Amino acid sequence: MADDGRLFDAAATEAVLSGRRGQRDLLRFLTCGSVDDGKSTLIGRILYDSNLIFEDQLKTLERDSKARGNAGGALDLSLLVDGLQAEREQGITIDVAWRYFTTDRRKFIVADTPGHEQYTRNMATGASNAELAVLLVDARQGVLVQTRRHATIARLMGLRHVVLAINKMDLVAYDRDVFDAIRADFGAFAAAIGLPEPVCIPVSALMGDNVVNPSAATPWYDGPALLPYLETVEVAPESPDAAFRFPVQWVNRPNLDFRGYCGTVASGTVRPGDRVVIEPSGRETTVARIVDFNGDRAQAAAGESVTLTLADAVDVARGDLIVPAGDRPQVADQMAAHLIWMAEEPLLPERGYLMKIGHTTVPVQVTEIKHRLDVNTQNKLAAKRLELNEVAFCNLSLGRPVPFDPYEDNRATGGFILIDRTTNHTVGCGMIAFGLRRAGNIHWQALEVDKAARAHQKHQKPGVLWFTGLSGAGKSTVANLVEKRLMALGHHSYLLDGDNVRHGLNRDLGFTPEDRVENIRRVAEVSRLFVDAGLIVLVSFISPYRAERRLAREKVADGEFLEVFVDAPLAVCEDRDPKGLYRKARAGEIKNFTGIDSAYEPPEAPELHLRTDQASPDDLAEEVIQALRARGLLRG
Amino acid sequence: MSSTAARLSHLQRLEAESIHIIREVVAEFRKPVMLYSIGKDSSVMLHLARKAFAPGPLPFPLMHIDTTWKFHEMIAFRDATARDLGLELLVHTNPDGLRDGVNPITHGSSVHTDVMKTQALKQALTKHGFDAAFGGARRDEEASRAKERVFSFRTATHQWDPRNQRPELWSIYNGRITTGESIRAFPLSNWTELDVWQYILQEDIPVVPLYFAKPRPVIRFNGMWVMVDDDRLPIPEGTQPEMKRVRFRTLGCYPLTGAVESSATTVAEVVAEMLNSRTSERAGRAIDHDQAGSMELKKRDGYF
Repeated sequence: MADDGRLFDAAATEAVLSGRRGQRDLLRFLTCGSVDDGKSTLIGRILYDSNLIFEDQLKTLERDSKARGNAGGALDLSLLVDGLQAEREQGITIDVAWRYFTTDRRKFIVADTPGHEQYTRNMATGASNAELAVLLVDARQGVLVQTRRHATIARLMGLRHVVLAINKMDLVAYDRDVFDAIRADFGAFAAAIGLPEPVCIPVSALMGDNVVNPSAATPWYDGPALLPYLETVEVAPESPDAAFRFPVQWVNRPNLDFRGYCGTVASGTVRPGDRVVIEPSGRETTVARIVDFNGDRAQAAAGESVTLTLADAVDVARGDLIVPAGDRPQVADQMAAHLIWMAEEPLLPERGYLMKIGHTTVPVQVTEIKHRLDVNTQNKLAAKRLELNEVAFCNLSLGRPVPFDPYEDNRATGGFILIDRTTNHTVGCGMIAFGLRRAGNIHWQALEVDKAARAHQKHQKPGVLWFTGLSGAGKSTVANLVEKRLMALGHHSYLLDGDNVRHGLNRDLGFTPEDRVENIRRVAEVSRLFVDAGLIVLVSFISPYRAERRLAREKVADGEFLEVFVDAPLAVCEDRDPKGLYRKARAGEIKNFTGIDSAYEPPEAPELHLRTDQASPDDLAEEVIQALRARGLLRG
Repeated sequence: MSSTAARLSHLQRLEAESIHIIREVVAEFRKPVMLYSIGKDSSVMLHLARKAFAPGPLPFPLMHIDTTWKFHEMIAFRDATARDLGLELLVHTNPDGLRDGVNPITHGSSVHTDVMKTQALKQALTKHGFDAAFGGARRDEEASRAKERVFSFRTATHQWDPRNQRPELWSIYNGRITTGESIRAFPLSNWTELDVWQYILQEDIPVVPLYFAKPRPVIRFNGMWVMVDDDRLPIPEGTQPEMKRVRFRTLGCYPLTGAVESSATTVAEVVAEMLNSRTSERAGRAIDHDQAGSMELKKRDGYF
């Protein structure tokens, strides 16, 4: 700041306007710590002492400090950045609040992540785009469980610069021993979890010590104050050693003469003439041009959004990865990754989700939770499901192979989000550790006798008739009648019934949500094998969740799956109660009973909708047969 | 092939991020539109979009919600821009508001903004079936925008449900919606007012001349210096418009937009003035001050 009270002196203004023309560096950092640690006061102090508060904001601050400040009527700097409390009370989801400020050395983007309960999710979100984390501790408290949690998440998200701001030094009389003890304690922990060596700074956000200006109260400290450190810390480019990676975002074909591949360079550099490979197809070609608004360029580097053209007319689509011919990524459909779960609905292994990695979206299942990580204690725990804010190391199985790098090597090609297929919400994020098997090494056995041959022998087209509905809706009754008619017509079928399968294949499973998902997964796999054998498979299962029915649908080819919604009002089913189960459920003798204390999600677009309270089972069975005939599954 | 390149400058990083966002929306949505408000942020957003798709044309139209109270120079600039760059420009005015004569002077900024901007915008989005709309809003503009996502989800009735927004990690955006739902996408989320002006300077982007100081006829109106842009502005008995050397930091409906006294006549002078400015940008907007937490309420209702 200039002496005359202006924010930028003549030289700084000149630098912005002249030769350097805005060539200022940008640092994105994250602040971690709860309100009690003085995080808001610290950010407020940075803004205030750097003279970055506008007059109208200062007036508001003076008024608010008197009305609701915690500084006895003096300026309460935390109010500059708070304002989130009221929104929290209204139940508004705030994962990150973003703040911006510029000094004459750097522009800063600050990710401020509020919330106690949602902390892991919020901090992960903020950290994903940060280059540096400022962790706050209260000098009176030292390293607490939450400090270790922040450090663990910073490690998980791959942050390479960490500052430990030891705050409230004024309350420990600026005691050097206190500072040294906390620094040693945290340093040991950071080393143990593999976090980069932290820079420790003794501060008092309230009094302004070592925040913007060096403090006379800490003569024993010879390091920089916080803001000068943030202004000068050398931040290496993201993934400096990573090879060139270019996720294809959009194919630009404005006319017949131009076909360009748009995207942001994820890592490395590229020049015209470089030999490259298109993953996952593995086709090799040469970069012809790098094009932008102003014409051709000689090079493009990490972080730049450009358009490439290729020398050969190879097939390239959105989601592909362009890489150097000599430095290719892994390509796999099975991998191990750290997951952070971000949704209220728990993650269930075997349930299908979508993974978005780069510009590819692919079906994914968690096949195994290897362990859950307690972020407070670093203990590895067994888990069958993941709740909101839980972190786990998992094996994943993808719908098709995708190219990737381990997250440690490359944040841009090793991180992904998980999407719920029903709500479309982002429910988790992941960092790939390693590929489990190179998909390229596993080939499907090319069998000479295939599905078509087996079906042909039986004079039918195979398929799955998936009967879903409440207990007592009449699924088995109708399915039995349909199978009898198929037999009479000379067709080959097999009926999988929920109760019967639970006596054998699935007798190890109960009725928790996880077990219900696994129950359906196994039945879906068996159905797929039977379809492969050329059979018409009838499945009679309550199968209450849409996600699992969709999973079953995706196991077989298009047109082979018919969802049959066997529908009767709950009251009718309960009145029928053929097995006396509703009575027991109402009496509390059976838990997790669908329709009573466990949800049933009705199909949104079933191929057939049978109302068993409005038509006889025989008529409904005939309706099914007609539908099969109309779809060409039956002869004649 | 490891990178030894120097770090990109802040403007290079902001530009690349914005282009990435614009392309992602075009790749994931069926029918996007760019909301063009004619101001400096829209000018920058349009420039970034042209960069994103060069050498091809913009793969979406621009749409301006015209309240009929914009500065005349804004409309002239809008039409010249569309013509010179060969852009498809849609203009929508709320016919109900027009019929009822809704205006900022007798109805006040709150009603006027709701009917002529918020309702008009919803009408236009529904009419054309757009499933994504780019807006030039920045997170640094106002407190309630500090936590806004880059992809902001709207229900089929264009409501913003604050409980139902998605976390955004890395530069991976989840653009999945079901029929009828839509998003507002904000490519300039991480830009500040200073960044916008520096970029205009660096890229030599044309902006409406109202941003530069010159003698203009103004009167005191709602506690601000308001320019007499046409004869619809009521001038109290016995007063005369004064000629003052003024410019505007933001542009909107002229009776709601306060002018600041200034001598900055070039982009460089505007930047220099701003580097030493002691008031925030929105201090000159009537619309944000008319009720407490006003931006939050407007947003829920469908305002940007």
